[in-house]
Amino acid sequence: MHIAEGFLPPVHAIAWTAIALPFVVVSAYRVNRLMREQPQVKLLLAASGAYAFILSALKLPSVTGSCSHATGTGLGAILFGPSVMALLGTIVLLFQALLLAHGGLTTLGANVFSMAIAGPWIAYAVFHGTRRLHAPLAVSVFLAATLGDWGTYLVTAGQLALAFPDPVSGIAGAVLKFASVFALTQVPLAIIEGLLTVIIVNLLHQNSREELDLLAFAPENSR
Amino acid sequence: MKRTNFILLALVLLLLILPLILPIPSGLKAPFSGTDNQSQAAIIAAHPDYQPWFEPLWKPPSSEIEGLLFALQAALGSGLLGYYLGLRRGQSQARRQARDRIDAGD
Repeated sequence: MHIAEGFLPPVHAIAWTAIALPFVVVSAYRVNRLMREQPQVKLLLAASGAYAFILSALKLPSVTGSCSHATGTGLGAILFGPSVMALLGTIVLLFQALLLAHGGLTTLGANVFSMAIAGPWIAYAVFHGTRRLHAPLAVSVFLAATLGDWGTYLVTAGQLALAFPDPVSGIAGAVLKFASVFALTQVPLAIIEGLLTVIIVNLLHQNSREELDLLAFAPENSR
Repeated sequence: MKRTNFILLALVLLLLILPLILPIPSGLKAPFSGTDNQSQAAIIAAHPDYQPWFEPLWKPPSSEIEGLLFALQAALGSGLLGYYLGLRRGQSQARRQARDRIDAGD
């Protein structure tokens, strides 16, 4: 979902940066407060960031014959809330922009918006929406991580379409065109992210009960 | 729980291996190219006059170095995640053993 360096016109690059910036600032503030008030969960927060680090480094093959990567931001979003993920996702994207020439500084705002803001918020909304409908924990976790990942790529398709409307069919046509690059390829990869996230939550559930309780994650009586 | 996780992991592997053994969809110029590059190509195809106005400050000088940095990224993440999961597993096992010892009236 990385929009390459220089591949958004300046107005779009600035606009997405302006939209993403307040989220990242609030996120930094949230992370800071979390570390101060609940230092016991520091290591779990770092582990959630590490999870996003791993998943966004692995480009996986898909049935469409293309490769793409998962995002790994859903896990942290359902554990810590979506606002915390904006900072962690930005760190991942900065690493890739500066050291791997994947994504870029001018497109950082747009990439942060799709991967570190939209994806986590989708995951968070899906998680709590399905929990309210009494879905089992594993089902909620799976749907949250899968749809958060998939949604990230749809947002990217939308961002590219806004910047590069199709000469004939306009923005709507361009959305379809860019979505056709990302959406189908991402389906199995998003499912992989969903399954992996369920595995991690299972492991946390077994051995990290104290931290999950501190975070009021899936309290005992609702599991 | 352990069995569930193994089944989930097997599913993940299946989803990863299937694309590699299934016939590659016809009409692909380069099999398993990245979607990031494909979207870039789509931009250039529709807007041939678009000039990227900023270049990456630094590019890995070869695909080997790029592979190294991607592997480093995954390794750093795995190291930290593995450390965390292992630490908590050890702690909860130690707690269980201590409890068992008390139960046994040791």
